[in-house]
Amino acid sequence: MSTQQYAGAQENADETDLLIVGAGPAGMAAAVTARRHGLSVRVVDDQPAPGGQIWRGIETVAVTPRLTRLGAAYGAGVERAAAFRACGALYEPECQLWQIEPGFRAFVTREGRARRFGAKAVLLATGAQERPVPFPGWTLPGVLTVGAAQILLKTADSVPSSPVWIAGCGPLPLLYMTQLLAAGGRIAGFLDTTPRGRLGAALRHLPQGLGRFGDLAKGLSWSLALRRAGVRVIRNVAELRAEGEGRLQRLRYRTQEGREAEVAAEVLLVHEGVVPNIHAPLALGCAVRWHEGQHCHVPVLDGWGETSQANVFVAGDGAGIGGAEAAEPRGRISALRVAARFGKLGEDGAEAAARTERARLSHGLALRPFLDALYAPRPQVFAPADETLVCRCEEVTAGELRARAVQGRPGPNQLKAFTRAGMGPCQGRQCGYTMAHIVAAAQNRPIEEVGFYRIRPPLKPVTLGELASLDTREPAA
Amino acid sequence: MSVEAFDVAVVGGGLHGLSAALHLARAGRKAVVIERRWTGRHASGATAAGVRTLNRDIAELPISLEAMEMWHRIAELVGDPCGFQAHGQLRVAETQEHMPALRQREARIRALGYAHEEMIDAAELRRLVPALSRHCVGALVARRDGAADPHRTIEAFRGACEAEGVAIAEGCGVEAVERRGEAWLLACGPRRFCAPVVINAAGAWAGRLAALFGDEIALGVRASMMIVTERLAPLLDPVVSVVGRALSFKQADQGTLVIGGGLQGAADLDAESSSVNFTELAKGARAASDLFPAVRGVRIARCWTGIEAQTSDHLPVIGASPNAPGLFHAFGFSGHGFQLVPVVGAILADLVTQGTTRRDIAAFAPRRLMQERAAA
Repeated sequence: MSTQQYAGAQENADETDLLIVGAGPAGMAAAVTARRHGLSVRVVDDQPAPGGQIWRGIETVAVTPRLTRLGAAYGAGVERAAAFRACGALYEPECQLWQIEPGFRAFVTREGRARRFGAKAVLLATGAQERPVPFPGWTLPGVLTVGAAQILLKTADSVPSSPVWIAGCGPLPLLYMTQLLAAGGRIAGFLDTTPRGRLGAALRHLPQGLGRFGDLAKGLSWSLALRRAGVRVIRNVAELRAEGEGRLQRLRYRTQEGREAEVAAEVLLVHEGVVPNIHAPLALGCAVRWHEGQHCHVPVLDGWGETSQANVFVAGDGAGIGGAEAAEPRGRISALRVAARFGKLGEDGAEAAARTERARLSHGLALRPFLDALYAPRPQVFAPADETLVCRCEEVTAGELRARAVQGRPGPNQLKAFTRAGMGPCQGRQCGYTMAHIVAAAQNRPIEEVGFYRIRPPLKPVTLGELASLDTREPAA
Repeated sequence: MSVEAFDVAVVGGGLHGLSAALHLARAGRKAVVIERRWTGRHASGATAAGVRTLNRDIAELPISLEAMEMWHRIAELVGDPCGFQAHGQLRVAETQEHMPALRQREARIRALGYAHEEMIDAAELRRLVPALSRHCVGALVARRDGAADPHRTIEAFRGACEAEGVAIAEGCGVEAVERRGEAWLLACGPRRFCAPVVINAAGAWAGRLAALFGDEIALGVRASMMIVTERLAPLLDPVVSVVGRALSFKQADQGTLVIGGGLQGAADLDAESSSVNFTELAKGARAASDLFPAVRGVRIARCWTGIEAQTSDHLPVIGASPNAPGLFHAFGFSGHGFQLVPVVGAILADLVTQGTTRRDIAAFAPRRLMQERAAA
C-alpha cells in the first residue's frame, strides 16, 4: 500500500515539514489538508489511536453497538479517523511530546524511549482540559471529573456500579448523563451549578446562534431525556463539600437560596467547563491574552492560527474553546498557511481555500457566545474556601496563597517560589487559574494583569533514564 | 519629580544585593535595594543552593571558609536557618585514573594550612553514600559543606533587610545614572534614587550597569541548567559531584532530586530569559543515572536555567570602582556565588564604612578585568 510505504520511508527521517501535536479533530483535519498539498507530516499523539477526546476510541467502538449509544456527533469521527489513516502522515500514537526547542527540535518519548527530531513548522492541536474545580474534599478518592468518567465510558464501556452524583454545568454533564443512562448507569442526582438568571443573560447572544438551531434542540433533548428518566435535579448549587474517611462517603451542598443538605455518595463527578491547554504555547514563548467570555487565557493568533512565534500554529480547542466543528476548519486553515509558506500552494489558492474554511469556522462558533454566557463558571470556582487544597501536587491551600498574596504584590511566579504551589509534576495545570484568581482578588487587580506561571520544561514527565538515553556519547574520561 | 535619598543604593535584588543591604543597614546606613523585577528573580531563585567550600579556587578559600562559619550560624544573621543542612559535599572519582587529581588537591590544601577537604576510600564513600554506584573508587569530601533552600534563603535575607529598615524597590530597573554633587542619581522609570554610595550587585546585567558609570568590565554570561524530579524516598544526604563530568546531585528536604552541575543552556540578556538545551542536559541525566542507577525511572518534574555573570578567570568582581567614586562592585560569581553570600555582604559593608577590609580580596579587584581604553 502506498500510504504504508510512505510511512515506512519516513520512519527514520528526522525532519518533516509539519509537526502536528494531537490527533483530535483539528490535528487530523490539518494532517489531511497538509498531505493533500504535498507536505511531509508527522503527528504525535498521547492517545493510542486517533480521535482526540471527542472521538476517543472511535476506531474500535465503530464496530460495536456502543457507537449508536454514544450519539451521532461521536459517530461522525469514524470517517475522519479513516481519512486521517489514509492521508500518508507519519502517525506516532502513545507518543509524549515533552519539549520543543526553537528551530524546531522536538523531543518525544514513545515506548519508553526518548527521541528528538526536527520540523519546519509546528501545529499544536492539543485541545482542552477540564477546568479544575477546587472545593473541600475534591481530592478524595471517589471524586472524579465528568470528563474522566466519559473517557472510561467511551473506551471501556465502564459504568459506575453505584448511582453517581453529578455536579457542575455545561453541555458535557448533560451529554454524559444521557450517555450513562443509555449505557445502563444510574444517577443519584444532578447538582446544577448554573447560577440563577443565566439564561436571561445568555439569550442576548442567541440571535447570532440561531443558525445552530439543531444544536440547541440537541441540548434541549438531553435535558428532556433527563427529566423523563426522573433524574433528580437540584438547581443553583453554589457550594459543594465532599467528605468521608479515606474516600468519598457523603456530600454537602448549599444552593444560592441558602438551602443546605447532606446526602450519601460514593461517586461524585464534577465539571465546570473546559479551558485550552496553553502549556505548550506558553513554553514556546507564544503570547496569550485573557478571553473574557471563556474565563481563560488563549494564544494570540492571526487569521491563520499562527502564534506570535513564527511557524508555530495553534488549532482546535487549544486556540479557544470552540468544539469539534470549529476545530476542523481551524486545523485546515493552518495547514493551508504552512503549505503556502513552503511553496506547495500559491497565496491566492490558500486564500480562496481558507475563505470556505473560515465560513465553516464562523458557523462552528456561532453558538459559542451563548454557551459561554450560559455556562460561565460560578464565582465560587475561583474563590475556594481557605481550607481547600489548590495545588494538589504540593498540598498548598487557598488560605496559604491568600495570606502570601497580600505580602507585597507578588505575581504567580513569586508565589510559586514562596509556597511551592505549581512546582509539582502537573506544573500548575491544576492550580494555575485558581492561583491567578486568588492573587487578583487579594490584590484587587484585574485577572488579565496577573498573568500565569512561567512554564518549565518538560511538558510531560520524562524519566531521567529516558533523557539520559539521548546522550549517546561516551562519558568523558 | 521627587528624589528618594539614601546613604546606599544597592542595585540588584538577588542574594548578594540583599546581603550587602543587610550588612550596611546593620552598620547604620539607610539603604535601598533597587530590583528590576523582584527579589531573587534570576540566579538567586534558580540556584541549586550548594553551600560548598570543596574544590573552590584557592583565591576564594579564605572568604569561603569564613562564609561557611557564617552558614553554620545563619539563623543568627537572618533569623531563619534557610533550610541549610550540613550533610557534606563529595567529589567522586569513578575510576582510579581520577584519584591522583583528588589527592593532589588534598595535598595542596594541606600545604596551605587548610583541613576542610579530606580524601576518603571506597569503603568510606559507600558508608556516606550507600546509593552510589559500586564502580566509584573514592572521593574528596568536605564534611561541613552542604546545601540550603534557595527560596527560603531569599525570603530570610529579604525579611531581615526589611526588619532593619532597608527599602525594597521592586519593578525598578536602573535606566540612567548621573553625578549630582557628591551623590549618584539613579533614574528608574518614574522613580529617582539618590545616594553617595552605589553597590552594583546586578548579576548577569552588572557589566551593563558598570558601563553606565564608565567602568568597562569584560563579562560573560552563563545559564546553568537544573533538573528537579518528582519526590522520592530518602536516597542520600550529601551533595555529590564527580570528576570529569558536569554533575551536582542532591536530594532536597521535600524528597525531590536536584541535579545540576553547570551544564549550560542559552541566555538572552535583553529578553531577560534563558532556555534549556535538552541535548546538553541529557549529559547530566546520563551522569546522574550512571552514578545512581536507582534513579533511572524517576520522572523529571521541571528543568530550568538561571542567568548569571561569568568572568574570564571564574573569580568574582568585588571591590571599589577605580573610576567612579562611591561605586562598589559585587558580581561575576560565575556559578558558585551562593555560598559566599553572607561574607560578601560583610565585605561590602567594610568597604563602604571603613574604606577597606581585613579580608583578602586582592584577587577580585575590578581592575583586573577592565579593558584599556583605546588611545585616541
